[in-house]
Amino acid sequence: MRDEHVGTDVAAPEGQNLPDRFANPGVPAHRFRTTDTDTRAAKRAERQVAVIFALSALGSLLFIISYFAFPLEGTFSSIQRSTWTLGLGLGLAILAIGVGVVHWARTLMPDHEQIEQRHDIRGTEEDRTEAAAILQDGFEESGIGRRSLIRNSLIGAGALLPIPAVLSLGDLGPRPGDALTHTLWRNGVRLTRDPDELPIRAQDVTMGSVFHVIPEGLNESEHPLEEKAKAAVLLIRLEPGDVEDLPEREGWDVDGIYAYSKICTHVGCPVALYEQRTHHLLCPCHQSTFDVAQHCRVVFGPAKRPLPQLPISVDEEGYLVATSDFPEPPGPSFWERG
Amino acid sequence: MSTSTNESRHTTLFDNKVVDYVDDRVGTSKIVRTFARKIFPDHWSFMLGEMALYTFVILLVTGTFLTLWYVPSMGLTTYEGSYAPLYGQQMSHAYVSTLDISFDVRGGLLMRQIHHWAALLFVASIMAHMARVFVTGAFRKPREMNWVFGAVLAILALAEGFTGYSLPDDLLSGNGLRIIQGVLLAIPVVGSYLSFFLFGGEFPGEVIIPRLFIAHVLLVPAALLATIAVHLALVVLHKHTQFPGPGRTNNNVVGYPVYPVYAAKAGGFFFIVFGIVVLIAAFVTINPIWNYGPYDPSPISAGTQPDWYIWFVDGALRLWPGWIGWPGMDGGGIPTELTFLGVTLSLNIILPGMVLPGLMIGALFTYPFIEQWVTGDTREHHILDRPRNAPTRTGFGVAALVFYLVTSLAATNDIIATHFAMSINDLTYTFRTLAIIGPPLAFWVTKRVCMGLQRRDRELALHGRESGRIVRTADGEYFEVHEPLAPAERWTLVQHEEVRPVELDSSGKHTPVDKVRAKLSSWFFEDRIAPVTPHELEAAHHEGGQEGEAISSHESRSAITGSGTQEPAGQQ
Repeated sequence: MRDEHVGTDVAAPEGQNLPDRFANPGVPAHRFRTTDTDTRAAKRAERQVAVIFALSALGSLLFIISYFAFPLEGTFSSIQRSTWTLGLGLGLAILAIGVGVVHWARTLMPDHEQIEQRHDIRGTEEDRTEAAAILQDGFEESGIGRRSLIRNSLIGAGALLPIPAVLSLGDLGPRPGDALTHTLWRNGVRLTRDPDELPIRAQDVTMGSVFHVIPEGLNESEHPLEEKAKAAVLLIRLEPGDVEDLPEREGWDVDGIYAYSKICTHVGCPVALYEQRTHHLLCPCHQSTFDVAQHCRVVFGPAKRPLPQLPISVDEEGYLVATSDFPEPPGPSFWERG
Repeated sequence: MSTSTNESRHTTLFDNKVVDYVDDRVGTSKIVRTFARKIFPDHWSFMLGEMALYTFVILLVTGTFLTLWYVPSMGLTTYEGSYAPLYGQQMSHAYVSTLDISFDVRGGLLMRQIHHWAALLFVASIMAHMARVFVTGAFRKPREMNWVFGAVLAILALAEGFTGYSLPDDLLSGNGLRIIQGVLLAIPVVGSYLSFFLFGGEFPGEVIIPRLFIAHVLLVPAALLATIAVHLALVVLHKHTQFPGPGRTNNNVVGYPVYPVYAAKAGGFFFIVFGIVVLIAAFVTINPIWNYGPYDPSPISAGTQPDWYIWFVDGALRLWPGWIGWPGMDGGGIPTELTFLGVTLSLNIILPGMVLPGLMIGALFTYPFIEQWVTGDTREHHILDRPRNAPTRTGFGVAALVFYLVTSLAATNDIIATHFAMSINDLTYTFRTLAIIGPPLAFWVTKRVCMGLQRRDRELALHGRESGRIVRTADGEYFEVHEPLAPAERWTLVQHEEVRPVELDSSGKHTPVDKVRAKLSSWFFEDRIAPVTPHELEAAHHEGGQEGEAISSHESRSAITGSGTQEPAGQQ
């Protein structure tokens, strides 16, 4: 059915009375539970609560026994056995107390709804006048309004105080300097396998294989993890015909072996997934996708910049080496990278 | 305690030496008189906030246990514990000690898993509690400030979760930290400085774990405890809100006394929550850090994800494209990272990673004040709105939830793709689309559903319940007998106020702000359904007197006409 009060035309114009309202019928009469009226039902509830509490005690016993009976032996099965039995015991011990108490409250404690009046939150006019007077009196007694010398010198002193507090944090870290733009790569540094630093020959890099590469000497450097977070490289061989020509990068590869920064230009996860068929590199964190055949241009996802390429060649012993550092800072963007 | 046999038991309890001693010095008897019989209204949804509190207590207890073994150090050492696959590897003390807790401390793995499950549940119950408070309008005057404290608690909970998540120094959480560092770096002008300050130099450095540790076990919990204290003190001061119902008015509280019923139920509920978390932790593995290995900046596992409550930021980072292209394009288009004047502005990171969460948090903090301004409603509200009776607000709530869900699910796009053999690209496009059209659609649908429910309420209040009894009159006419509602039952359906938009006064002098407000207000209220009035009910009975409502009882008639004595519910 439809009636005229459905829709947008119900607002009474200003000055017109609202339609009258129903009266609040008041709290309905209390309904007694069987446990209130039947002593046998109450007794039964009492026994149920006691049984539930006994279950809790059983749980504690299970925990205590398992703690001594099931030692950890370094195997998954021993850890699982211990965790399961300890957890089952503790869980039961705690849960049963809760269930028992709630069952007790629901069946045996009085469930008469009671009414309490709310009180005004705001102070009465008298409260407010008096409070204002107290504050005013205190203000005058302190003299902070009159004695402007005290007030102003306190403001001045207080204004300076946060500076030492903030300054004391000045040595939280060094200034960035140009740390973000340089890595361990430079002319002649060998490309080695992560993590054992075995050097790589060009012929080891077969079609479709991917090498996770770190600069030689990284593990002996002062801060290996920090260096690795910037210098990690992926080495991939492509069919020479597959790669888009880019004259300014002539000579950066070794017979179709390309080295690209492994650190995503989005927010820095390692770009570790390579799909040989499409020659796409995918970052598992946010799915930025780079096309190696297009010099790691972004073809999908949140990254904007291509992965920086590391120019490489071969040294006299036949191992792959870098010919310089990355031509631009690797990893996520930052304001001053340009 | 007292074993008195005389009839004045109450005085003898306080005659007991110990009780008397304490009363002399603390005034316990006055405290008991004031608080022990305070009335709390009951509703299942009021448990959500309790659950948040209880999971926090569980976190304090189990967290303390973990600190007895955990070593917050990034110094490298060789693992010599009992987990064979990692034996002899170089890793940080933090990771080693987490392995030791898992494999060499009896009950250690259980405690770790209780801690982690409780943390997930802590954030979940806070959000559910917030959603409840939102859709019932419990944030309205005088509780706006407590809503703000609650929002602070939610943010602290996220901070607490994230700092704790990173402590094991495993590969998964290390990559999470790397993402945070990447987002920090993107901040204009000071990004690299902030990153170097936080990490004590280059990422990952050697200080981030101890710094996160002190934040996780001291700073954030202290802030949480202080804010919880204020949050609860205000609940006591305001007295709890209650759902509408017979006998409940804006000026009273109907419910059970704290002592003993409410205390027993609430206290029992703590044990129930704790027990269930322990059972989950016993049987469901969470964060198996031994599978991930120690943190190393080069390797990564597929399916990398943070804990669920951080998904929305991670999902937003996944959705925002580096290039805005169009279908059929193979990359390229308009870049969302800009370089100019020798600097780089990574909007592709700043917008989803900082601006968006900032806007969401901003909206969270300001909503009560915005709604108050739009509706012009500055009265106190202690009776909750049934969500259907505030369709626009409920619509907002569901729209926000849908946005949160879509961005969160977007952080699982790789898992969905691999599990269901779908294209990751198509999934990402779908989530991008849903993030834009989902919220308005959800708003519209929710609002319509609310209106439908209100119409149903009206129908029910006016004509009663369909009895399923078909009666044939002497004239051969058929009708279904409707059973009228009892007054107590009807009250819940008709008690809400009729709302009206703020209107411009007739003076003709209005600032642009006034006009915007009037527009917003009429939009907020434009679709609405008035509650049934006694006159309407009367009219419905007359009109249907010889038909559907043939058996309306005398009691309900008298209640209809008794409207002169109504309590001014919701009015000041």
